[in-house]
Amino acid sequence: MARMKFLCDAERCIECNGCVTACKNENEVPWGVNRRRVVTINDGVVGAEKSISVACMHCSDAPCMAVCPVDCFYKTADGVVLHDKDLCIGCGYCFYACPFGAPQFPQAGAFGLRGKMDKCTFCAGGPEADRTDAEFKKYGRNRLAEGKLPACAEMCSTKALLGGDGDVIADIYRERVLRRGKGSEVWGWGTAYGPGKAGAQPPAGGKS
Amino acid sequence: MRRAALGAAILAAFFLSGCGEAPQVTVYKQGKYQGKPDTQPWSNAPLAYGDATWNKGDRASWETQINKRAMGQNEDNRIYRQ
Repeated sequence: MARMKFLCDAERCIECNGCVTACKNENEVPWGVNRRRVVTINDGVVGAEKSISVACMHCSDAPCMAVCPVDCFYKTADGVVLHDKDLCIGCGYCFYACPFGAPQFPQAGAFGLRGKMDKCTFCAGGPEADRTDAEFKKYGRNRLAEGKLPACAEMCSTKALLGGDGDVIADIYRERVLRRGKGSEVWGWGTAYGPGKAGAQPPAGGKS
Repeated sequence: MRRAALGAAILAAFFLSGCGEAPQVTVYKQGKYQGKPDTQPWSNAPLAYGDATWNKGDRASWETQINKRAMGQNEDNRIYRQ
């Protein structure tokens, strides 16, 4: 049974924000709402800067589902956490409960009125009939119903962000980690600058 | 003695109930997930264009298509296995 998951490789993410742009473009997400964001720690510190792309992680035991007072969330058979905007009251409890800050609230009207919650759908749409305009307007594109994976993962230029069945993407990541080794080999200091720098390793096998 | 044992058993049952795990397998009943209507991705036919192929209503063939698509993210296939 497929269980859809995202996996972001912090060694590969270059903070290009391509995933954020792809998501906004694919789902026509309004201003002020970011279903996906790139978070960078140790910004500007050489060798210690890491970026990671974050959105809804489609938790197996999702805290947003647990706290929603109107029970608008549901989980599909392939492990995607979705919600029904017709039921959502925009209270914001899910935002407080989510460890990733995934739920977003559009400034829907005058005086900063907060709209109904919007979040990453793993490009799986919502309760409306699949691949219809009504579904697209409320939830964005339903790529899973087209036999495709989320746009953010599929267009990631460095393939840092992987999306799909957890077992399959874990296999891809495992193979990658085994092949690339550790230390500066991971990101290719030796290839770019050659050996000799303090802490740098010569390229293993001619490539790193 | 017996009463103490009974009390301990009741207390243990009460505290251990907190360690239970909610069921994680979702059930699709009458077109609904947990009371919310939705259609399943494999209940659609593939688009007329593109290379996606699966049999409408067949979950296994849809999963095969999705997994094939996921392997497109593995650039090792392109680099090392040509």
